[in-house]
Amino acid sequence: MRSLAVLALAAPLVAALAVATAGWRRAGVAASIAAPAAILGSGLTLAWGVRDGVVRTGPLRTDALAVVMLVVIGSVGLLAVAASVGYLRREQAAGHLHPRNARRYGVLVDLFLATMTLAVLADNLGVMWVAIEATTVVTAFLVGHHHTRAALEATWKYVIICSVGIALAFLGTVLLYFASVHAGPTHDALGFGTLLGRAPHLDPAVTRLAGVLLLLGYGTKVGLAPFHTWLADAHSQAPAPVSALMSGVLLAVALTSLLRVKAVVDAALGAGFMRVGLLTVGLATLVVAAGLLIAQRDFKRLLAYSSMEQMAFAAIAASATNPLATSALLLLVMVHGMAKAVMFIGSGHLQQAHRSTSIAMIRGLLARSPALAGAATVGLCVLAGLPPFGIFAAEVGAARGLSDANLAWPLGIALLLVLVAVAALAGRGGAMLFGEPDAEAPPIPLGRLDVSVLWAGLAGCLLLGIASGPLGPVLRSAGRLLAGAS
Amino acid sequence: MTDSTYTALLELSVSVLLLCAVLVVWRRELRTLVRLLAVQGFALAAIPAIRGGHTRDWTLLAVAVGVAALRSALLPSLLRRVLRDAGEARETEPLVNTTASMLAVAALTVLAYAVARPLVDLDPTPATRAAPAALAVILTGIFVLISRRRALSQVVGFLLMDNGITAVAFLTTAGVPLVVELGASLDLLFAVLVLQVLAGRLRLAFGSADLDELRELHD
Repeated sequence: MRSLAVLALAAPLVAALAVATAGWRRAGVAASIAAPAAILGSGLTLAWGVRDGVVRTGPLRTDALAVVMLVVIGSVGLLAVAASVGYLRREQAAGHLHPRNARRYGVLVDLFLATMTLAVLADNLGVMWVAIEATTVVTAFLVGHHHTRAALEATWKYVIICSVGIALAFLGTVLLYFASVHAGPTHDALGFGTLLGRAPHLDPAVTRLAGVLLLLGYGTKVGLAPFHTWLADAHSQAPAPVSALMSGVLLAVALTSLLRVKAVVDAALGAGFMRVGLLTVGLATLVVAAGLLIAQRDFKRLLAYSSMEQMAFAAIAASATNPLATSALLLLVMVHGMAKAVMFIGSGHLQQAHRSTSIAMIRGLLARSPALAGAATVGLCVLAGLPPFGIFAAEVGAARGLSDANLAWPLGIALLLVLVAVAALAGRGGAMLFGEPDAEAPPIPLGRLDVSVLWAGLAGCLLLGIASGPLGPVLRSAGRLLAGAS
Repeated sequence: MTDSTYTALLELSVSVLLLCAVLVVWRRELRTLVRLLAVQGFALAAIPAIRGGHTRDWTLLAVAVGVAALRSALLPSLLRRVLRDAGEARETEPLVNTTASMLAVAALTVLAYAVARPLVDLDPTPATRAAPAALAVILTGIFVLISRRRALSQVVGFLLMDNGITAVAFLTTAGVPLVVELGASLDLLFAVLVLQVLAGRLRLAFGSADLDELRELHD
C-alpha cells in the first residue's frame, strides 16, 4: 500500500525522463502511456485498501480523497496520452510539427501528470501549493504549442492570471501557517491532519482572512469567477489532448485543493463562512458560463464554458458541507473528467480536419463520420446529465445534499442556470451533428486507437453511472473526510 | 543585537521595501523599474537576515542569502535580458496617470493597515507590527499589474506582489517551512523564465510587447 503512492508519483517522472532521452518514439511513448496506467492502477488498488484510513509515506498522504483523484488523473491521463499519439502523428504528417517540439510536448505532458499527482498526494498544504503552481509552469508551453498569435495571447493571459491568483492562495497558506504556529508547535504546522486537529484553536480573524484568499486563489485555477477569464482562451488554444487534461483533471485537482483548505477553515470557523463564499463565486460563475454558452460560436470554447459550468455546480454542491453532497460532487468531477476528455479529443479531430474551431463551419457530422459523431452525441448526453450516466447520479446526490443543508434557494437558481447551459450545449451540438454535410467538407481520418479512446472514455462514464464498484465506498469516505466534521 | 536595534533594522528594511514599491508606481523607465526591483529584493533578504541574526538561527541566515541571490540578482538579470532584446525603454501611457496612481497607492496602504489588524492583534511583536507595510506592497503590486500595459511592467507588478507575500511570511512566522520555501522559489524562478520567453515571442509576433494588442481572443 505504502509504495503505491510512490509508484504513482514516480511513474510520470520516469516517463518524462524516457521521453527526454529517447524522444517521442517507441520507448518514450510506451513509458508515457504506462505512467497514467500506473497512476490509475495505484488508485484502483488503493480504493480497496484505504477506505476511511490514512496511509502516510513520508511527505505523502493517501486518503480517500487522494485515491479518488488518482483515479481521475489516471483515467483521463490515459485517454489524453493515447489520443496524443494520433494527434502528434497527424500534425507531423501535415508538416506542422518538428520532432524537437514533439519531444517537448511529451516531456511536459508527463511532468504535468507528475505535478498533479503530487498536488493530490501532498500532506503539507504548502507542498500542495507548490505543486499547483508548478502545473501552471509546465502547462504554459503546452498551451502555446501552436505558435500562433492567438495561442501566444492565450498563454500570456494564462500564466499571468493563474500566477497572480495562485499567489493569493500562497498568502492564504502563509496566514494559515501563522495561525497554526500560534496554536501549536512549528513541526508539521501545515500538515492536513495537524491543521484539522488544531482547527478549533486557530485564531478566527486570521483564519477568515486566509479563507478568503485561499478561495480566490485556488478558485482561479478551478475557473471560478472573478478570475476565470484565462480558462476559455487556454482551453481553446491548447492542443486537444492537453485541453482534455486541463479541463478534465487540472480543474478537478485545483478543486480538490480548495476542498482540503475548506475542510480546515470549516473546522475552525464552522460551515457558514466558506458556504457564503462558495455560493457567491459558484453562482456568479454559473451566470457567466451560461451566458457565454448561449451565444458561443467556437466549439472548443463551448466545451471550456461547459467545464466552468460543471465546476461551478460542484462548488455550489461543496457549500452544502455534508458527506452526501461532497461525495456526489466528487463523482461529478470523475465523470465530467472522462466525458470532457472524450469531447475535447473529438474536437481535436474536427479541428485538425477543418483547421478551424468555428461551429458554423461544421454541418452533418453524423453523416460524415458516424464513429466520431456517435461518440460526441453520447458525450453530450453525459454532459447534459441524462441517466444512466454518472453525472445524473451525481446531480441527484448533490441536490439531495443541498436540500438537506436547507439550501433550496441556491439549488433552485443553480439548476435553472444548469438547464440554460444544457440547452445551449444541446442546441450548438445539434447544429453540428445534424443536417446535410457540405459537398467539399474535408474527410475526418480516425484510426482504430482514436475510436477506442473515445468509446473507452464513454464506457467509463456509463460504468460510474450504474455501478461504482469499489469506488462507491471510497467516494463516501472522501465525503466524510471533507464534510464529516460538521 | 539589542532589541531596539533589532526593531529599528526591521522597520528600516520594511520601509525600503515599501518605498521601492511606491517608486515603481512613480517611475516609467523600464530599466529603473528593474533596478528598483533588485533593491527591493535586497531589502526583502534583509528581513530573514535580521531575524536570523537576532535569534542566532543559521538556517534563516542561509535562507536570506538564497533570497538575495534569487530576487536581487537572478530575476532582475532575466528581466534585463528582455529589455536588451526589446530596446524599448519606457512605459507608454499607463492606464492611470502618475498623480492618480500615487493617491491610489496611499489608499491601498491605508487599506492594508486596516486589513492586517488581525495579524498584529494575534502576535504583537515588532516583526508582525511591520507586516501591514508588506501587505501594502502586495496591493501595490496588483495595482501595477492592472494599470500597466507593457509585458515587462506586468512582470514587475507580479514580482512586487510576490516580494510582498514573502515579506509577510518572514515577518509573521520567520518564513514558511524550508521545503515549501525552496519549492516556491523554484516555481517563481521558472514562472519568470516562462514569462521572459513569452515576452520575447510576444514582441516578435505583435511587433511590440504592448498588451493592448492582445485582443484576438474574446467572446
